[in-house]
Amino acid sequence: MQSLDVILREQKIFEGLREEDHKLIAGCAFNTHFEANQYIFREGENADTFYIIRYGTVGLELRNPKGGIITVQTLREGDVLGWSWLFEPYRWTYDAHAISMVRAVALDGRCLRTKCDHDHTLGYELMRRFAHIMVERLQATRMQVLDLYA
Amino acid sequence: MLEQELVFEPTVAEPMLPEVFRIQRVKHESYDTFTLILEPSNGRESFPFKAGQFNMLYVYGVGEVPISISGDPNQPEMLVHTTRAVGTVTKAMSELKRGDVIGIRGPFGSSWPIQEAEHHDVVFVAGGIGLAPLRPALYEIIARREKYGRIVLLYGTRSPDDILYHDELEQWRARFDLEVYVTVDYADKSWRGNVGVVTNLIPKAPFDPQHTVALVCGPEVMMRFTAIEFLKRGVSPTSLYLTMERNMKCAIGFCGHCQLGGYFICKDGPVFTYEQMQTLLSLWEV
Repeated sequence: MQSLDVILREQKIFEGLREEDHKLIAGCAFNTHFEANQYIFREGENADTFYIIRYGTVGLELRNPKGGIITVQTLREGDVLGWSWLFEPYRWTYDAHAISMVRAVALDGRCLRTKCDHDHTLGYELMRRFAHIMVERLQATRMQVLDLYA
Repeated sequence: MLEQELVFEPTVAEPMLPEVFRIQRVKHESYDTFTLILEPSNGRESFPFKAGQFNMLYVYGVGEVPISISGDPNQPEMLVHTTRAVGTVTKAMSELKRGDVIGIRGPFGSSWPIQEAEHHDVVFVAGGIGLAPLRPALYEIIARREKYGRIVLLYGTRSPDDILYHDELEQWRARFDLEVYVTVDYADKSWRGNVGVVTNLIPKAPFDPQHTVALVCGPEVMMRFTAIEFLKRGVSPTSLYLTMERNMKCAIGFCGHCQLGGYFICKDGPVFTYEQMQTLLSLWEV
């Protein structure tokens, strides 16, 4: 069985970090799982954790003003779930719904934030990497808004 | 050079004269998309074409539009076109019924690189109705499956209700030698598949970038971002093929309506390599 340290080193978001950073990040991580149809978090809840999905599918859902729920994106193995832990007020802005059984590595956002506050090199690296994910998702959202296939 | 380009080499006997075809069947794919299955009514027994080529479809008394052929090149006795009812001609076309006639000019244009792709992984990326022009290439490659590496279809569409060729997609998904990934832009909770733009599927799609031929069809914005993702993975711009759409009128490179840079889309295309199109892809149609 692989240790969390090894698993995390294999994740794209942590590629190329310093040796001490890997150890530090592994110290804030734990394995977790969610049953199919379980909500991992809901909009408005405290965002103190983020996840790296190892198995399964997670739907990011928004509540439609008309009452329904719309899935706006699905995340799968290797995807990072959640960045609200990085930014005040540290609250989720959408629901995350386990569409199938999900196994993930959870990372304690408060623990990492504290470490980033003390080590700005690590803080900058993580911010840069999360900014990259956010830019990619923003770009994808723009394409969805364009309603390309209409 | 210019003189040479102006030499017209017809692939069709009478390229400006529509042939009469009769509608054998109309299949409704979604609320606005339909497939016409046509048979010649002039004694012709087959309609050979290459995957990726298009025809000019003439609704008598209304007008003519270019539409890619979406049937099986190995079944040339049947001509198949899938289109959406969006303009005057296609709306009139959507009202045609079994037994009605339609004029056909074609087939025109370049084709997907079926033979060049042999011994390579082949990745199809379709956006919306872009699956229709790619389907003939899929048929061809599936028919000679042993000649190719991995075959991957990435298909993005607006919502689960807009998915084309539903039954056929299910059959393809059931095959062990084809990998099919479908994603929609938005869905309600009844949809268990992927949600997100089709470009999101490329980074994790299973193919060897050094030995891959990618065939892409969809809105130009989508093709632009798709190309970026393929290039990021290391696919060569010469192994990346796109099919372009412009305002085609004569379909034989005479009228100039579909000129894009130095190309006539109808004659030099509609299938191009990304290398040919990369500087032109973001130009607005005049």
